[in-house]
Amino acid sequence: MLLIILLGLITSCLLVPLGKYFRSGRSVFLSLLPAGLFAYFASHLSHIGAGNIIYESNKWVPSLGINLDFRLDGLSLLFSLLITGIGTLIFIYASSYLKGHQYLDRFYGYLCLFMSAMLGVVLSDNILLLFTFWELTSISSFFLIGFNNDSTVSRKSALTALGVTGLGGFFLLAGMIMIGEIAGTYTIRELVTSTAIIREHQLYPVVLGLVFMGAFTKSAQFPFHFWLPGAMKAPTPVSAYLHSATMVKAGIFLLARFTPILGGTPEWSYTLMIVGGITMLYAGVHSLFRTDLKGVLAYSTIAVLGVLTFLIGLGTKEALIAASTFIIAHALYKASLFLVTGIIDHQTGTRELTQLSGLRKVLFPVFIAGTLAALSSAGLPLSFGFIGKDLIYEATLAAGPQLAVLLTIVAVSANIGLVAAGFMAGIKPFIGNLPAQLEKVKMPSAAIWLPPLVLGILGFVLGSLPGIVGDYIISPTVQVLSVEAVEFKLKIWHGFNTVLLLSATTIIAGTIVYFFNKPAISKTVFLERFNRYTPHYFFEMSWGAFKRFSSWYTDFMHNGYLRSYLIRIIVFAEILLVYELIRGGPIHIDYSKLIPISIHEGVNVLILLGALYLTVTTTSRLTAVVGTSIIGYAICLMFVFYSAPDLAITQFTIDTLTVVLFVFVLFNLPSFLVIPNSNKSIIVRDGLVAGSFGIILSLTAIKVLQVPTEKGISEFYGEFAYSLARGKNVVNIVLVDFRGFDTMFEIVVLSISALGVYSLIKLKLKTSEKE
Amino acid sequence: MELLLVVLIGALYASGVYLILRRSMVRLLLGIILLGNGTNILIFLLGTITKGKPPVMAADMSVFTDIYADPIPQALILTAIVISFGLTSFAIVLLKRVYALLGTDDLDTLNTPQEEDV
Repeated sequence: MLLIILLGLITSCLLVPLGKYFRSGRSVFLSLLPAGLFAYFASHLSHIGAGNIIYESNKWVPSLGINLDFRLDGLSLLFSLLITGIGTLIFIYASSYLKGHQYLDRFYGYLCLFMSAMLGVVLSDNILLLFTFWELTSISSFFLIGFNNDSTVSRKSALTALGVTGLGGFFLLAGMIMIGEIAGTYTIRELVTSTAIIREHQLYPVVLGLVFMGAFTKSAQFPFHFWLPGAMKAPTPVSAYLHSATMVKAGIFLLARFTPILGGTPEWSYTLMIVGGITMLYAGVHSLFRTDLKGVLAYSTIAVLGVLTFLIGLGTKEALIAASTFIIAHALYKASLFLVTGIIDHQTGTRELTQLSGLRKVLFPVFIAGTLAALSSAGLPLSFGFIGKDLIYEATLAAGPQLAVLLTIVAVSANIGLVAAGFMAGIKPFIGNLPAQLEKVKMPSAAIWLPPLVLGILGFVLGSLPGIVGDYIISPTVQVLSVEAVEFKLKIWHGFNTVLLLSATTIIAGTIVYFFNKPAISKTVFLERFNRYTPHYFFEMSWGAFKRFSSWYTDFMHNGYLRSYLIRIIVFAEILLVYELIRGGPIHIDYSKLIPISIHEGVNVLILLGALYLTVTTTSRLTAVVGTSIIGYAICLMFVFYSAPDLAITQFTIDTLTVVLFVFVLFNLPSFLVIPNSNKSIIVRDGLVAGSFGIILSLTAIKVLQVPTEKGISEFYGEFAYSLARGKNVVNIVLVDFRGFDTMFEIVVLSISALGVYSLIKLKLKTSEKE
Repeated sequence: MELLLVVLIGALYASGVYLILRRSMVRLLLGIILLGNGTNILIFLLGTITKGKPPVMAADMSVFTDIYADPIPQALILTAIVISFGLTSFAIVLLKRVYALLGTDDLDTLNTPQEEDV
């Protein structure tokens, strides 16, 4: 199974060097990949349909609990078939739709990558692995939405989509890790058996919130829905594939996958039902106000996603059956509608409903495809949409006495919107009179109109023979979701009952809404007045504010002056040190342990302080250098007083060398280092910072005196200096023997520095480089 | 005596920080040297200060019989002195090169300022 998932990834990698062969019509052969995968998954139908689950496990990062564990069960199979099946048609369609595009090979590369990632999501048995593929779908979708990267709007939509789904991804990762930590395993197979631990854990609401954030952002639930209409800037095959049939359903898949692990509690049910309910009503109404065909479809997709969330929240057996069936039904008709829209756009150059009519006369097969899809979306008998809709009403009616009426009303009203939206997108552009400017519209090639037609016909074939889908796909799916065997049959005809009545009502009301709701630009304009109150507006505002804050912060921190960086670092270090000093308690000085001061030591320190004052205040370079060397020699004397002969020798040598070098350089420099217009207040500020730093360091040094020194290592060196290293000068032995490697690398550093010095001195610049 | 060293450390650090906040590159360099010296004395203070007992054995001995100064801070400081010389010498030559190219040792001429003096 690993190879199956990675095939798309491998193909997309191969397309990097081989892409130039697939920029032409040959790209249609790439559809063999999803077709082959579809055949592979279809061959498992009977095995999985009998309720079996296939597991596969490969080690990846066992220490972190991340393994390449895969499972093929009913739920995975349902999604895998959708991904590869619709993928095949999209691959064929795109080769005509984007014919002649100079980056067609890249497009297929992204598409393969996406398909691979999506298969990974639905087949993972490890939640961290699932997350990895989840992020990969976000990333590949970013490239696909922004495929027309020369358009600003396209780039912005891609960023918004990535921003929203990526944000959800963060939350999801946190949620996954918490689940793993609570249950002690990251494998879904084992998580299903430890549901009680997770549900009763005190962090359960937090976990739930985090997982919901991931699912809601991905599946465009209110208030995160706004990225989906924006994502319609993508080429139409992408919209059809990612933003209606597969990727946006990943959130639904996630909820379904976690139903047996987290589901069944009131928190789970009510959150999902409320969010799903709001989403489907909000989007259902919104879709009617759009005049852009893709806008209508985008909002009706959001409404459907709301319905699915709502059904999973309901969580009864009927609801789960309805959800699984509706996923298939929606994928079939919505992908078909998108492809039809794509053809209209491609052939006429517009997607404005107000400008399109009568196209049946020039695009007849497309008209058939659009009508079939619209009828399936409306839920006409014999279509698969009819079965889906029936099951939804069955589920809401069976929800219990208090809820049944309310839920049914919500479901019916949302569905009325969906019916009208389906008619608007699938039928409206084809009926009426053909305007003169559209008379010259030509029929496209078969590769472009066959896929939607196949999907449309399939909707009715499956609708007439629902038993096949029911037995082989829906029943094992529901079995996975509810962790028990479920006996049911999908049927075309349920007899005359409430459900049929509701279905009829929905279709009639939807048709009425369709006839009364004439698409008009004025409605879109009317809707734009409310833009200030939408979540999208809020998102845009916070995005802008964040960017302004970042650039202000960068300007503040990164102004190009070395000293302002230094002053920030030093002040920050001062704050930390003061905090530590306060935390460390009061400072004592044990005078009895101190060594008395002798006169020559005192004089030495006084000389040092005098030289220091001179160095800081002088305006002459030479004086400053002389001051520094006096300081060095005074320190050298100090080393002599306090038993450090080696240090004294080193300090003396180095100090002399430094002064020589300095004078050698100064020879070429003017004698004064006066910087004009030095501001008084800056001097005071620097003085304060420097002074307080000195005081803090002094206090730290007193603290150091308080703490008894650890002598263990020193004693080791002292004891073994002779017996191990045959030396009597311990400092010397430490450097050249015990810590010999350190000294070796120190020599390397010095050599590099010497090379640098030598080359800088020897380097002769050409006159042109001297400014 | 330790208290005098403590004062000395504070003075060296304060002067060092003050100098590295100047606009002149020579002063920046001097500031770095002073900070290095201050740090050396701070490390020296970490080991107990001992007068007149260097960590060197008498010629006829193979072990210490008396107390002796802590060798570890000394080894550390020795390394620090040498490395800081590497840094200083390179910086001095670099300074010369910059001066040869730009004719100034004002740090602000090295960049394109966007704001007024901070």
